[in-house]
Amino acid sequence: MTDPSGPDTSRPLPPPLPPPPPPWALLAELTHACPLHCPYCSNPLELVRRSRELSAEEWEDVLRQAGELGVVHTHLSGGEPLLRPDLAAIVGAAESAGIYTQLVTSGVGLSEPRMSELASAGLRSVQLSVQHADSAASDRIAGSRSYAAKERAAAVVRDAGLPLGLNVVLHRDNLDAIDDIVDLGVAWGAERIELANVQFYGWALRNRTTLLPTRDQLSRAQETVERRRKQLGDSTELVWVVPDYFDGVPKPCMGGWGAVSLTVAPDGVVLPCPAAGALPGLDAPNVRDRSLEWIWNSSPAFNRYRGTDWMSGPCGECPRREADFGGCRCQAHALTGDAARTDPACALSPDHGLVRALAEAPRPDPASADASRYVYRGPDRHHTDVTRGVKR
Amino acid sequence: MTGWRPALARSVVLRHDRVRRTDLLVLPERVVVLSGRAADVLRLCDGHRQVGEIVDELAARFPGAPVAAEVPRFLDRVREEGWLR
Repeated sequence: MTDPSGPDTSRPLPPPLPPPPPPWALLAELTHACPLHCPYCSNPLELVRRSRELSAEEWEDVLRQAGELGVVHTHLSGGEPLLRPDLAAIVGAAESAGIYTQLVTSGVGLSEPRMSELASAGLRSVQLSVQHADSAASDRIAGSRSYAAKERAAAVVRDAGLPLGLNVVLHRDNLDAIDDIVDLGVAWGAERIELANVQFYGWALRNRTTLLPTRDQLSRAQETVERRRKQLGDSTELVWVVPDYFDGVPKPCMGGWGAVSLTVAPDGVVLPCPAAGALPGLDAPNVRDRSLEWIWNSSPAFNRYRGTDWMSGPCGECPRREADFGGCRCQAHALTGDAARTDPACALSPDHGLVRALAEAPRPDPASADASRYVYRGPDRHHTDVTRGVKR
Repeated sequence: MTGWRPALARSVVLRHDRVRRTDLLVLPERVVVLSGRAADVLRLCDGHRQVGEIVDELAARFPGAPVAAEVPRFLDRVREEGWLR
C-alpha cells in the first residue's frame, strides 16, 4: 500500500455479517462471593471483588436490554446470588422485561421469608446445588457446612410451590453415590436432577487430578442412571451431562459460540460462556461501556468463533461441524494453548492423545478420595501455582 | 375427559415473543415454540373453562376448522407433557 491516507482498495472489504439469531438465555453472575468453596467452581480463578459488582439499577438496565434483544430465560446465579440483598429487585426487573427467572443457589440463606419475597417479585423456579447425598461428604466437597441449609432450602422451595431442580457436579468423589443422590432428589421433591459430569476449566482444571473419575466409575454411573430413569418414569427427570474426556466426542459447547446464550459477570463483563474470560486477547465487552445489542450482534468477542468460518484442522470439512461446533474453545485453549484448534476431546483432533492420556492414566482408588488434596475455591488461592493444562 | 378445566401448570408461562414473532411456552430449562393455533387454544386454558367450552369458543372463532376432533386430543397431549393440569 502506497497511500497511507486512503483505504486499501486492493482487497475487497468482507461483506457485512447478517445479524446473528437473538439469544435465548442470559446467565447473570450477580456476585462471585459464596459461602461454599467447591473445588470445581465454574467461576474464574480471578474472582470479581464485591466493590466492582453491578448495582441493582445496572442489572435492571441489563435485563431490560436483554428482554428487548430476545432473551427469554435468565439464570440468576453467582457465586451465591442470595448474598445480594437487592436480589428481589433484580428478579422483579427480569419479570418486568418478560424474562423467566431461575435462581441458581447453594441454598445457604434461603429462608422462608426470603423465598416468599422472591416469589412475590416473580421468581419462577429454583435450582439447588448438591455436592453429595451424605451430609459429611457434601460438606467436605463444598468446603463448608452447608448440607443442612440445602435440606431446609429444598423444603422452603417446595412449600412455596415453585419447581425445584437439583444440580449435582459429578466427579471421582461422588460418582459412586448416584443412587443415593437420586433418592435424595426424590425425597426433597425435585422435578429434575441434573447430573453434570465435571468440565475441566478454571478451578476444576486446577483440581483435575483429584476430580477425574475412572472409566469404570463412569460406566457404572451411567448404568445406574439408565436404571433409575426406567424406574422413575416421568415423575423426575434425570439429565446426564456427558464426561467429554472419555467418549471421544466433543460437547456442543453452549450450543455454539454466541449462538444461544450469554453470560454477564458480576462486574458487567459479557462473555459467550462463563469460562471464556480466561481466553487471551478476547477483549470482552462490558455493559458499562456498550449496549447489549452491540455486544451480541457486533462485538469482535462474540463474532470471534461464531459460525464455522474460523474452523481449521479436522473441523473444516467435518460433517459434524454444525452439530458440535468444534467442541469447546476454552478447552482447546486450556489443553493446547490455541482456542481456535479442534477441541482435543474429539477423537479426530490431532491433540486427542492429551485427553486420552488423562482419561487412561492410573489413579488412586475412588474410595481413597482425599479432600486434603482439593484446592478449594476462594480469593487469591489460585496464586499457589499447581498444574495448569497439559502443555504441548 | 369430562369436567376437566385445563390450566397451565404453575411453572409454565405462555407468552408472545415480539422479537421472534411467535408464541412460546416457557418452563424451567426449556422453551417450546408454539406453531399454528396452539397459543389460541392454550390462552383459553384458564382453569375456569371446561374442555367443551373451549371447543365451542374456538369453533365459533374458526368456523369450518376441525376443532371438536383436534382440540381435546391436543389438550391431552399437552397434559401428558406436564404443561397443563
